[in-house]
Amino acid sequence: MIDKTMSQHKLTQLQELESESIHIMREVVAEFRNPVMMYSVGKDSSVMLHLARKAFYPGPLPFPLLHVDTGYKFQEMYEFRDWYVKEVGAKLIVHRNEDAISKGMNPNEFGVARCCGALKTGALLEALERGGYDAAFGGARRDEERSRAKERVYSMRDSFGQWDPKNQRPELWSLYNGRIHDGESVRAFPISNWTEMDVWQYIKEENIPIVPLYYAKERLMVERGNHLIPAENSQFLLEGEEPKRVMSRFRTLGCMPCTGAVRSSATTIEEIIEEASIATRSERETRIIDHGSNSMEDKKKEGYF
Amino acid sequence: MSIAKQDIELLRLVTVGSVDDGKSTLMGRLLYDTKGAFEDQLQAVRKDEGEGADGIDLAQLTDGLAAEREQGITIDVAYRYFATPRRKFIMADCPGHEQYTRNMVTGASTANAAVILIDARKGVLQQTRRHTHIISLLGLPHLIVAINKMDLIDYDEATFLQIKEELSEFCARQNIHDLICIPVSALAGDMVVERGNNMPWYEGKTVLETLETIDVSGHLDENEFRFPVQYVSRPQTKELPDFRGFMGRIASGTVKPGDEIMQLPAGKRSKIKEIITFDGNLDEAFAPQSVTLTLEDEIDISRGDIIVHADKPPHTAKELEAIVCWMGEEPLSPHKKYLIKHTTNTVKAMVSDIQYRTDINELTQDESANELAMNEIGKVSLKLMKPLTFDRFEDNRATGNFIIIDSFTNNTVGAAMIC
Repeated sequence: MIDKTMSQHKLTQLQELESESIHIMREVVAEFRNPVMMYSVGKDSSVMLHLARKAFYPGPLPFPLLHVDTGYKFQEMYEFRDWYVKEVGAKLIVHRNEDAISKGMNPNEFGVARCCGALKTGALLEALERGGYDAAFGGARRDEERSRAKERVYSMRDSFGQWDPKNQRPELWSLYNGRIHDGESVRAFPISNWTEMDVWQYIKEENIPIVPLYYAKERLMVERGNHLIPAENSQFLLEGEEPKRVMSRFRTLGCMPCTGAVRSSATTIEEIIEEASIATRSERETRIIDHGSNSMEDKKKEGYF
Repeated sequence: MSIAKQDIELLRLVTVGSVDDGKSTLMGRLLYDTKGAFEDQLQAVRKDEGEGADGIDLAQLTDGLAAEREQGITIDVAYRYFATPRRKFIMADCPGHEQYTRNMVTGASTANAAVILIDARKGVLQQTRRHTHIISLLGLPHLIVAINKMDLIDYDEATFLQIKEELSEFCARQNIHDLICIPVSALAGDMVVERGNNMPWYEGKTVLETLETIDVSGHLDENEFRFPVQYVSRPQTKELPDFRGFMGRIASGTVKPGDEIMQLPAGKRSKIKEIITFDGNLDEAFAPQSVTLTLEDEIDISRGDIIVHADKPPHTAKELEAIVCWMGEEPLSPHKKYLIKHTTNTVKAMVSDIQYRTDINELTQDESANELAMNEIGKVSLKLMKPLTFDRFEDNRATGNFIIIDSFTNNTVGAAMIC
């Protein structure tokens, strides 16, 4: 728990961020008809969910969680998701692009961009449309990637869920303009101002449960270029790749075939923080999808969060 | 990124300047020298070997969108993050050009301190006065002026002192009390994070030391208690069948159980029963904490109302005057209906008069103006459809501001500070 006794009438930076995030969540719930919270099972989602519980305490969460499942997530993620959602008493909606999954969509044969387009962006837009949600919380942070540095807290999306970087509303003080026309929607980012370090610190101080994949242990991996790719599922291995056991952990969690691990011996949250504090490479470097010029910017224009 | 420490404070700052002033280089330098940027992010913007500082185009670190990199300019406000063992910084980076005044106002609205840049070769320009004026309008407590490119004037102290004096005079007239001038070479790194060896005559703090030590409290807690109600919680669950709590973030002041309060604009009175948080009930809460309040009496309160101490009420009126920075493509025009969003309240409004338009470069007032175009600033009178409860901006930044929304396009078209 955050120490409330530190000094009188002064908040630590984490307490200030917490209060800002709660304020954003309450604004969205008060002003939108049918909000939903995107839940990716990762650490940022864990923090966002924890903040939501604080925001609406003592009442229950006034919106459901939405997990866009590609079918390629790690087993530990599915197990954690089902346990944690039950633990906090949230309502979970899981949505998959069954059509693409049944046709065998995968990154190796169809390419990372097409696979992501179908299983993530496509499925997300389908789920939002099906649920009739006019606002969707996302756990994106501005420090993650340079096109996100200009993202608003309320990110306006047209009726196709697309982002137009040149047509975003100015955001002043803590006044968020949530007025939209029929068919338009808003992606709301309550942890916009958090950094990776803030997220880890908060997880530690608040004892927030996270998927065990974030902690180092010996895992079966192959080395592909600069990436350590998990090899538990041999279907994603390329010809000639030899899996070996490597002491490693994941800095971010995505799909198994496309999320690299890092060599690490950090088995506790303190060690992870220590490691993050001396890291010289950003966490998203292990996400294959982010690379290539303007990759994130292009995906956001297509409807990605 | 930086060293893990729990009790560090937050400073939100805005940096303003144009490409030519070397602002992106200064920001890149802060990010680079405090390790606020990662190796792989640096690699993505690395220029040909040997060029720029350490072979890195520091400006490219801060220009996020493809369109900006193509044109070599910053168009939008970008938010950057870095931390030292003492503080975490949220830096709103704004383009300095006149046509982007609205971005500067946006970036400054959330900041507690501003960093503006001056090219030491050029001295105090029209744009410096424009930036300073906007910082003053938005009520920022601290202004840090980095007098940059000292390397190009042979680190000449006399030039620095001359610019500093000119600025001090101007700031005094602009109601800016905390002005800090620092001689800098962002490219060489002098006086940004490291002191360097080129300006032994300067004994003040570096840019980073200044950012680490200026007062960040904002003294919100010393102001009157203002609690705009965001959301009324009525769970109606088995455990909480009759619970009714008022959720919000304290905009200013402090509150305790037992305090006599009043709800505005209707003016109903009660007492604070409990201050509820997930981590337990509080004996006292203060700005900017987010809490849930319960009251001793069942009085009707909904979103848009404001809870205040009964003996210190704000103003409630259907007419008000405000300084407006216009952001819409279509000019602000009298007799057109708009929506204004103030705290948690959205009200229909009409501009009854444009009192003057400020010439943002000469800082003169044109009283014959009959509209405000995009990026223009002026003073207007507004008539509201229903009474609004507010403070004057100079008395309370949080309850003295509002945005103007075009009710047809739904776009945010203006930022306003109540006079």
